[in-house]
Amino acid sequence: MNRKIALAVLLAAAAGSGVAQDKVLRVVPHSNLSILDPIWTTQYMARNHGYMVYDTLFGTDEKSRVQPQMVDKWSVSPDQRLWTFTLRDGLEFHDGKPVTGEDVAASIARWGKRDAMGQKLMSFVERMDSPDPKTFRIFLREACGFVLEALGKPSSNVPFIMPKRVADTDAFKQIEEYIGSGPYIFKRDEFKPGDKAVYVKNPKYKPRKEKASGTAGGKLVYVDRVEWNLALRDAQAQVNALAKGEVDVLERPAFESYEQLKKAPGVVLVTKDPLGFQYMGRFNHLHPPFDKPKIRQAALAAFSQEPFLRAQVGIKEFYKPCASMFTCGTPYGSAKGSDVQSKSNMRKAQELLKASGYDGTPVVILKPTDLAAIQKLPDVGAQLLRQAGFKVDLQAMDWNTVVSRRAKKEPPSAGGWNMFFTAWVAPDIWNPLTNAAIGSAGEKSWFGWPSDAKIEELREAFARATDDKKKRELAEAIQARAFEIGTHAPLGEYVNPLATRKNISGWVIGPGDIYWNVKKN
Amino acid sequence: MYTFIARRLLSTIPVLLVVAVLIFLMLRLTPGDPAAILAGDAASSEQIAEIRKSLGLDRSIPVQFGIWAGNLLQGEFGRSYFYKMEVTQLIAQRIEPTLALATLTILIAVVVSVPLGVIAAWRFGGWFDRALMGFSVLGFSLPVFVLAYLLIWLVSLKLGWFPVQGYKRLAEGFWPFLHHLVLPAITLSVIYIALIARVTRASVLEALGEDYIRTARAKGLPEARVLVRHALANAAVPIATVIGIGIALLIGGVVVTESVYAIPGLGRLTVDAVLARDFPTVQAVILLFSFAYVVVNLLVDLSYVVFDPRIRY
Repeated sequence: MNRKIALAVLLAAAAGSGVAQDKVLRVVPHSNLSILDPIWTTQYMARNHGYMVYDTLFGTDEKSRVQPQMVDKWSVSPDQRLWTFTLRDGLEFHDGKPVTGEDVAASIARWGKRDAMGQKLMSFVERMDSPDPKTFRIFLREACGFVLEALGKPSSNVPFIMPKRVADTDAFKQIEEYIGSGPYIFKRDEFKPGDKAVYVKNPKYKPRKEKASGTAGGKLVYVDRVEWNLALRDAQAQVNALAKGEVDVLERPAFESYEQLKKAPGVVLVTKDPLGFQYMGRFNHLHPPFDKPKIRQAALAAFSQEPFLRAQVGIKEFYKPCASMFTCGTPYGSAKGSDVQSKSNMRKAQELLKASGYDGTPVVILKPTDLAAIQKLPDVGAQLLRQAGFKVDLQAMDWNTVVSRRAKKEPPSAGGWNMFFTAWVAPDIWNPLTNAAIGSAGEKSWFGWPSDAKIEELREAFARATDDKKKRELAEAIQARAFEIGTHAPLGEYVNPLATRKNISGWVIGPGDIYWNVKKN
Repeated sequence: MYTFIARRLLSTIPVLLVVAVLIFLMLRLTPGDPAAILAGDAASSEQIAEIRKSLGLDRSIPVQFGIWAGNLLQGEFGRSYFYKMEVTQLIAQRIEPTLALATLTILIAVVVSVPLGVIAAWRFGGWFDRALMGFSVLGFSLPVFVLAYLLIWLVSLKLGWFPVQGYKRLAEGFWPFLHHLVLPAITLSVIYIALIARVTRASVLEALGEDYIRTARAKGLPEARVLVRHALANAAVPIATVIGIGIALLIGGVVVTESVYAIPGLGRLTVDAVLARDFPTVQAVILLFSFAYVVVNLLVDLSYVVFDPRIRY
């Protein structure tokens, strides 16, 4: 009798041990997740959160081509003013309600009030409607050439589709409900700001049949939970945690950590985003000395890209100079007009500065001390400007002070600035409509506020162009003009490979930090 | 006694008022715009202005203060600009890790340092005393983050005894809770061990020179009883004071430890809130810290009565 009981206990224990445990992917994201509305803010963490929870009408594949995602089929009228989209079968929000054309219309309308490209699209839109639950239509006042590019926009702000009741929220207020139809469900009850964010597999999600590529294709989920560790932000502690197997993925390790990571057993580096990022130096066009194009030209001539890349990235295989203001290797990437920077040298910069009538006004550069990804750029920039003959006032502060201060239009003596440095992910700058730094609508444009009627005319023409060849020509013309007036200085491109445990595989190539298709063995 | 406690508690009101005004003004006068931070990198000036308006930051500073003070009087600390969450809720989420870390640190520090200080005083000038003094100099000099990395390398990565990072809540089980907390607490306790051991040694040394110790020894009391019952008890007031100061300092001192060990406590919350210019959160946390500081000081003062019956309030 006792033997039978013992056997039963053993069997029960064996059965218990056979129960599969939840597969949890433990991720250390590149920053903290604070805002949960990816339409309200352009923060990349909010965008990444959006990709977990929401789906999009179109995606952009690894070759930068727009592909259908929630859309099954679409058509456009011969005059290119009526666009009709039919949604795929079986699309469902996390609360079990079907995704309808009305949800789509409300979501696109809200996004169109916030996103720069969305606002541009809305300037062409006469109205949107949903004649039946599966159909969504856009009526344009006149034809434009970027409807699909806008709807498949892969980076901030992404036109995520939300339930109508959520999307009807005022575009200038944050949403309070986080229901999407994406591959993961956000666990609001487990969200602890600054500690962790949890996403669980959406069992009802119907992925497309195509292979995943970029933000397009089948979003297959192979793990039960994804946990974002928001507390682990110290670079060395991240490396230690990955080496010990306490976390599975470091989204963007510090460049200084790679040597250690390469040697860590059980850790591999994955370049899942080969287009990567572009560094940029931004001039303030409102105040001396950078209110004069000739002085900006002198600075451009001084800004050889290699010193910036070597100092900031330091790992040769991770960076490359790129003469384009649009991402190199994408449809509009070109060296057109870049000679002033790419074929220049310090002697040329000194000559240009001398000829510009520079009066010795100091250049106030904002230097963030707490953002490892860009904190060395201002030092290099300051030194190159000094060598060219500029006087420089390098002011150190935390990144959020830079963010606050760069929004100020006052002169540098009253708390303003002359120059700051930043980095952009490829999709944010890869075409003339998404590239905020190239916009030159004066005080309405991005910080630095360049004003140039010719660039704005060319951008308008680009928005209207429907022919790819014509669009490429216009993009080149925009870039050439941007170099001519010195909107900003592109400072080269780099990749920031993620570090992961060897048992993690299936990374989707393409921009953004996305967690579908990832397997944990 | 009760009058003293009531008086001291009442005295916290002006202290908190001054702190409230100071922190409110300092936050508004330091550079940094929460709206620009919230908006993200690609936001336009118009978008930032809209956010500023929605947060009420476009109003004058006196008006903003009036609204905040009015809400405070009704017990409302406001909502975090960033997390869209009541600040009290945010603090409630973060208080456990900090309290746990501070409590275990002080516990380790007291349990280790007081006996060490007593023995060092007892063996004044001997090798143990010299070693302890050397250790205390090292303990004061070694930055917390250096010690943390050294301990992580040795104890976690090489020996594999403890996790390198993270925090488990008490609700997830006592052992995981303790397992994650021991290494950070040891790291943080070193400086307090050095401080308390040094003060204990000095106080006990002074007490050991008193007549009543000579009398106790002449009566033939065991040395352990002389040390604990007579020397340590009479040396307790300065030790209690330094422990009290240690607890108060710990509230701010956990920041580095919480960062290195990825503990989501109040220290990290404060740093994040300051960097993000999350005014309501910073204001609430600083008020909480100030209140805690005042209460700890009160408790230390009250403990004097226990340790020294001659003290009366």
